[in-house]
Amino acid sequence: MMIEQILDEQQEPLVNIRNMSVSFDGQAVLRDINLKIPAGETLVLLGESGCGKTVLMKTIIGLVQPDWGEVLFDGQDINTLNEQQLSHLRLRFGFVFQNAALFDSMTIGQNVAFPLRQHGRFSGAQVRDMVIARLSEVGLPDSVVQKKPAELSGGMRKRVGLARALIMNPELIMYDEPTTGLDPIMSDVINELIIRTRRRNPVTSIVVTHDMNTARKVADRLVMLMPLHRLKPGESQIVFDGIPADLDTTRDRRVRQFVNGEAGERLMELRSQNPYESTQVGDHS
Amino acid sequence: MTTRLPRSETIWPNFYRVGVSSLPVIALTGTFIGMVLAVQSYFQFRQIGLETRLGAVINMTLVRELGPVLAATMLAGRVGSAMAAELGTMRVTEQIDALAAMGANPIHYLVVPRFLACLFLIPTLTVMADFMGVAGGNFLGVYWLEIDIHHYWSNSIRAVTNFDLMVGLIKSVFFGAAIAMVSCYQGFNCTAGAEGVGRASTNSFVQSFVMILLLDLILGIILDNFYFLFYPNGASFF
Repeated sequence: MMIEQILDEQQEPLVNIRNMSVSFDGQAVLRDINLKIPAGETLVLLGESGCGKTVLMKTIIGLVQPDWGEVLFDGQDINTLNEQQLSHLRLRFGFVFQNAALFDSMTIGQNVAFPLRQHGRFSGAQVRDMVIARLSEVGLPDSVVQKKPAELSGGMRKRVGLARALIMNPELIMYDEPTTGLDPIMSDVINELIIRTRRRNPVTSIVVTHDMNTARKVADRLVMLMPLHRLKPGESQIVFDGIPADLDTTRDRRVRQFVNGEAGERLMELRSQNPYESTQVGDHS
Repeated sequence: MTTRLPRSETIWPNFYRVGVSSLPVIALTGTFIGMVLAVQSYFQFRQIGLETRLGAVINMTLVRELGPVLAATMLAGRVGSAMAAELGTMRVTEQIDALAAMGANPIHYLVVPRFLACLFLIPTLTVMADFMGVAGGNFLGVYWLEIDIHHYWSNSIRAVTNFDLMVGLIKSVFFGAAIAMVSCYQGFNCTAGAEGVGRASTNSFVQSFVMILLLDLILGIILDNFYFLFYPNGASFF
């Protein structure tokens, strides 16, 4: 056990975020974040809207520049790379966007083939075979190839987004709220696809979600962030870091509240901001 | 930006949109402006018996000023604001982030083809606006207002030189570059929501139009000074 621990400590994590802070227009979103993600792990980032989960994920791929700190991917500091080096490194990432972010002007086939055409040296037939194989992996028939994104349902678009993210066999795949806006059945289909993707490919995954079903089902490890304005002075923004089973035993009230979907003191905040409602509450009492 | 050309599948749709789809509206505007110029100037010139000089006035105005400015204004309204709205929607729906996430350079993929299309095709649109304006002015002046065709054209040929045509075309290249840069900048910096996209589109047109007028003035002065530098005894434009 001791030897394993020592080896783990010596092994460089695939993603290593050190003392990272991000702000937009002077407003801090992330402060002093430290996070290590070992290769092969599926990490779920939890937290309420606006706490900076998506921003954290976008800093890993270099879409958002931190004000402070380092983001190391496989030992390389993302922010020291030039545009060409970053483009090359991004081939090792797959990103599934919240609303799929498919290109409206292209067909589904062209969307999925985009990374191949951008970087690969493949013949038309090879590209077509690879696109159809990836689409069938996510449960979509060949007939969608010629369709435009607007002709597909939300769930289908998300699956196309997943197929596009997987086409270059990435080492790190990031999912931004993969089940938001989907019905429970389609949400479970997406959860299964995330799990299957990990089984088929030796891939590290980061999943940003609010959906506790998704979190419990796919996570090896969960990290919960809090918005900065809800923290005590000097408190870390990461309020939970553990395995799914730890969620049920945590003593942090904020984490329990999030996991159980309870508004708690937020209702009192609503009442205090609404004079009409606070009068009503006062009247009843 | 200039290290390698974008792929043809990104170039041709933009060239088509700028060069072909904009052609009818620019031709129509050019024709009407030529005719309006003829109508407006005719009565003033007839009072002093110089109606045969109308060709010189109309053609000089079109070739040096109105042709390039009108072609650029129509391009800013028709293509520039559409570019800003399209890129703005791509920004809002994270399609630009998706491009970057897949290792494509969004500037190279989205801006360069639009910039090249505006830069290379606006001179041809200007020639079209000039030609249709000249034709419209000729039609109204010669066939409607019955000005003598020989004097109309001989005065025109004496007044309008190749340099005037070049001034218009050189200006148009700058206008095209300004339209592409302003529109792409507005699209890339679009704020979230339908309102943000609408604002990007409106700002793109307004800023492009102001840039066109400003460049028109500055380039007019600079190019005339160049002319006097090479031909000190040339006719005065001031």
